[in-house]
Amino acid sequence: MPAPAQRRIIFQHIDEPGYTNDIGCYVRNGGYEVLKKAVGRKPEELIDEVKKSGLRGRGGAGFPCGVKWGLVDRKSGKPIYLIVNADESEPGTFKDRYIMHQDPHQLIEGTMISCFANNVKQAYIYIRGEMPHGARILEKAIAEARAANFVGPNILGTGYSCEIFVHRGAGAYICGEETGLIESLEGKRANPRIKPPYFPAVLGLYQCPTIVNNVETLCHVKYIAEHGGEAYSKIGTPGNTGTRIFCVSGHVQRPGYYEFPAGTITMGQLLNEVCGGPLPGRTFKAVIPGGSSAKILRFGERFKGKRKVGAEMLDYDWGVEDVPMDFDSLGMIGTMGGSGGVIVMDDTVNMVEALANINAFYSHESCGQCTPCREGSLWMKKISSRMVHGLARPEDAALLKSVADQIPGRTICAFGEACSWPTQSFIAKFGDEFKQYSETKKTAKPEGAHELV
Amino acid sequence: MIAPAKPDLVTVNIDGKEIAVPKGTNVIEAARLVNVDVPHYCYHPKLSIVGNCRMCLIEMGMPAVDPSTKAAIMDPATGKQKINWIPRPQIGCGTNVSPGLHVKTLSPMVKDAREGVMEFLLINHPLDCPICDQAGECKLQEQATGYGRGYSRFIEQKNVKPKRTQLGPRVTLDDERCILCSRCIRFSKEIVKDDVLGFVDRGSYSTLTCYPGKKLENNYSLNTVDICPVGALTSSDFRFKMRVWFLKQTNAIDTESSVGANTVVWSREGVIYRITPRRNDDVNDTWLADSARVLFKAVKASDRLTAIKINGTDGALDVAVNAAAELFKSNSAPGAIAVVGSGRSSVEEQFLTRKLADALKASTQLVSRVGQGDQLLISADRNPNVRGALVTGLITALPFGELTGLGAQIDAGKVKVIVAINEDLAAAGLTSAQLTKVSVVYLGSHFNASSAAAKVVLPTLSPFEKSGTFVNQQFRIQKFFKAVPGPVGATDDLMVLAKLVTAAAGLTLPAEINALWKVIAAEVPALGTMAFANLPETGLLLDATPFAALPFAEGETLHYKPAQPAVAAATA
Ligand SMILES: Cc1cc2nc3c(=O)[nH]c(=O)nc-3n(C[C@H](O)[C@H](O)[C@H](O)COP(=O)(O)O)c2cc1C
Ligand code: SF4
Ligand code: SF4
Ligand code: FES
Repeated sequence: MPAPAQRRIIFQHIDEPGYTNDIGCYVRNGGYEVLKKAVGRKPEELIDEVKKSGLRGRGGAGFPCGVKWGLVDRKSGKPIYLIVNADESEPGTFKDRYIMHQDPHQLIEGTMISCFANNVKQAYIYIRGEMPHGARILEKAIAEARAANFVGPNILGTGYSCEIFVHRGAGAYICGEETGLIESLEGKRANPRIKPPYFPAVLGLYQCPTIVNNVETLCHVKYIAEHGGEAYSKIGTPGNTGTRIFCVSGHVQRPGYYEFPAGTITMGQLLNEVCGGPLPGRTFKAVIPGGSSAKILRFGERFKGKRKVGAEMLDYDWGVEDVPMDFDSLGMIGTMGGSGGVIVMDDTVNMVEALANINAFYSHESCGQCTPCREGSLWMKKISSRMVHGLARPEDAALLKSVADQIPGRTICAFGEACSWPTQSFIAKFGDEFKQYSETKKTAKPEGAHELV
Repeated sequence: MIAPAKPDLVTVNIDGKEIAVPKGTNVIEAARLVNVDVPHYCYHPKLSIVGNCRMCLIEMGMPAVDPSTKAAIMDPATGKQKINWIPRPQIGCGTNVSPGLHVKTLSPMVKDAREGVMEFLLINHPLDCPICDQAGECKLQEQATGYGRGYSRFIEQKNVKPKRTQLGPRVTLDDERCILCSRCIRFSKEIVKDDVLGFVDRGSYSTLTCYPGKKLENNYSLNTVDICPVGALTSSDFRFKMRVWFLKQTNAIDTESSVGANTVVWSREGVIYRITPRRNDDVNDTWLADSARVLFKAVKASDRLTAIKINGTDGALDVAVNAAAELFKSNSAPGAIAVVGSGRSSVEEQFLTRKLADALKASTQLVSRVGQGDQLLISADRNPNVRGALVTGLITALPFGELTGLGAQIDAGKVKVIVAINEDLAAAGLTSAQLTKVSVVYLGSHFNASSAAAKVVLPTLSPFEKSGTFVNQQFRIQKFFKAVPGPVGATDDLMVLAKLVTAAAGLTLPAEINALWKVIAAEVPALGTMAFANLPETGLLLDATPFAALPFAEGETLHYKPAQPAVAAATA
């Protein structure tokens, strides 16, 4: 089956020749018209549209946005805050940055609509510390929007006021975890909070009810406010509505970002047709479908089971290439859609070395609060880097797995899963490579390549 | 089946045992009540909950109900309500009880979680127990034995961190031993409001440190040593002095101020090595000021009085008492003798002091010791037991300022003899000229101007060498016990006072504390129903209303608000 056509609703103007990130260009292209209409509607109506749309969060967990908004404590009498999670740091993910760099007003419009819908008077865009350029663009864009009365006091004469502030992140991956982000925004170390009791919807920023949404999620809200939840829910597949942006990196002919109606494209179509297939003379070996913490898939493995299609339960028998790229299908086969970062590895990749790299990242990024994640992530890193530096033992595979098994489900935040799933899945799918690594000839490094960690 | 609970109580089931506990109790505390130990590191009952160590992971479940009808779903196998067990372990410290909560602390899931956490805590730990001061009271050591696997799978290099950081004048840090529980950080921030500690770096390289340019030097810094579950924070003073299991523990009371913080005195073979706080949720929680921990140094001070003196020459106790009796007899005019009692004396001593003053028809006064309170565990009144003097009737008004009134009476030639008990008259405002005009009978533990000027010197004991009670600012009567024997040459204060009373009035009173309490109970209405042996270790509140009008010096401290006089007594 040929791949469906891209449908760019969020990335509509990304890389469009002549499209600039100033407000003039945005307004010429119909910008802020949705906000103008939205502030004339009842906030509850907008929330209803989002609920109807079935929009799921694009930050990683795929949590339904309408449900999240429904959990906000609106009776506390405290202000409600909205935080735009622009910390995009999951390896393999590069979508939010393009929105902020090339179409910042789309994010600002989506943010303002979401703020209006939730009676938020103050919003923060928490942007990754390593993106100073993006921060400057956003600051300029907010100033422009403020001058045009789309942000700030008495927006468009409605009496509704709301400010947006850009906050530059503290330069750590964990700042993207929503409660770590909140701590960081409060000026502290980004140590994630225990939940319960610190659910952001009740006890978030400054102990006030807080909504944390990903950059892309809020852009979808803008689209929903424009076209209605009903219309949005018809894009994609039931339960996986709207479009998904895939950030494809690694060993394909045409890496890049691609936007498709969710669930309409399979992994095989994405990699072979859209991305041009493997590099000449190579074959696909493995793919991580949703950012580096998602469990890896091995080309050649098969997934069988029953799934719900409409009202029926149907058998499925998929190879990696057959898996539809949506939250539920990827979840069904034991991995996740996550943040949409698709990392492709071909037959030149040694899995022990690839895992050593991932483990180095997670051990470096664990905040260090809770024992299993803090100690487990570094232990796994020490084992895998010892292996690649020549002291591999056959029993290391089992040890790695056992260490990884002691982490998930026992930590404060989902980083525990994020750091252990790679090891668990690499060992489960490429166990032999790990067991035999002591005898394996090491991959010859290309000229000038970086040293392995 | 869970029995219906009282409104403010919640019934939970822990390892099959049901118990009703107050709302808001967390699972660790609830388990404690049924003698189930939930091992933990970061949780501390007096600090905020962060849930970072993950040692307290346990299995939890709730009774199943039908989502639509809310009717209980029964388990046909047991005939009881089915329990929906949460598939992942939950932290006991961060979970408060809810009606019907079921907890398993011994299931395979819990065992596995604990073994995992213990293994993780030990892989980068130096395992240097043989040279670690915490050994014997180390939670890591105890729980590794209790819940660990007992072998190591770690063959990598351990992390290297600073080994000997002086965080402040009294606290030494070994970062390699630190398990990053953050108790010390939370204590400094939440209790002392001196937010100087924190972690730098990330992950397993996280390192405890002091804010650049600052020191952990507040007067509560040693509490971090107490609450550090491992040997990371040690007392620079106690470090390497003694193995804790050799030490004898004696309950005592801090004598620094009228707060009356509860303490434990640790000693061996007559030598005190350290003082630590003893938990009393109504007085000092689990805390103690640093300054309270060095008081024992006075016990072995070089200025201890160890020789009974009569007119400058050594003599026996009875000779000295007779000499005092002679002084009393030759100055029998009313008002010729003044007794300077002490707010640092115990209730029992104050009772005998009053008896002595009555017999001598002497005026009585107390030395005032008012300073600044720290709003935590040091109050403005630096006498531990002014209220004891009120309760025993030694005084009826609060001491104020220096002893100028007494000085004037000396100058007027009225007062000829002063019995000074544990108080230096010079320090209390009498001039050296005034001291030469009177005959002083001095009872005390340390040398000072009064002992130097005294006709009769009767060396007595420091608070660490005797037992008794103090009445703190809340009018809470609290016991303290003898930790070490006094030096040769010093006599128990009660013995000396009893002998003086006998010499002055021919009246025999017991010097043994339990026997003396029978007399006290009979004569002091506020203590009428009590006996020394029966007083609870955490003290008993006395009726403060008779003294409600007095202008006490104390401002607000932990568990004390001056505006509200202490609540009426539970003297029953
Ligand atoms: C370790 C960790 C890192 C995360 N990093 C990001 C991030 O960089 N950007 C993001 O949007 N969400 C990130 N998340 C997810 C957020 O916690 C949160 O779920 C998300 O921002 C919610 O937005 P959404 O509902 O719109 O997806 C991270 C989560 C974890 C556990
Ligand atoms: S799981 Fe890891 S990142 Fe998350 S709070 Fe615990 S130590 Fe920090
Ligand atoms: S020094 Fe002790 S109390 Fe402080 S964080 Fe480390 S282990 Fe915890
Ligand atoms: S006691 Fe540390 S997590 Fe509960």
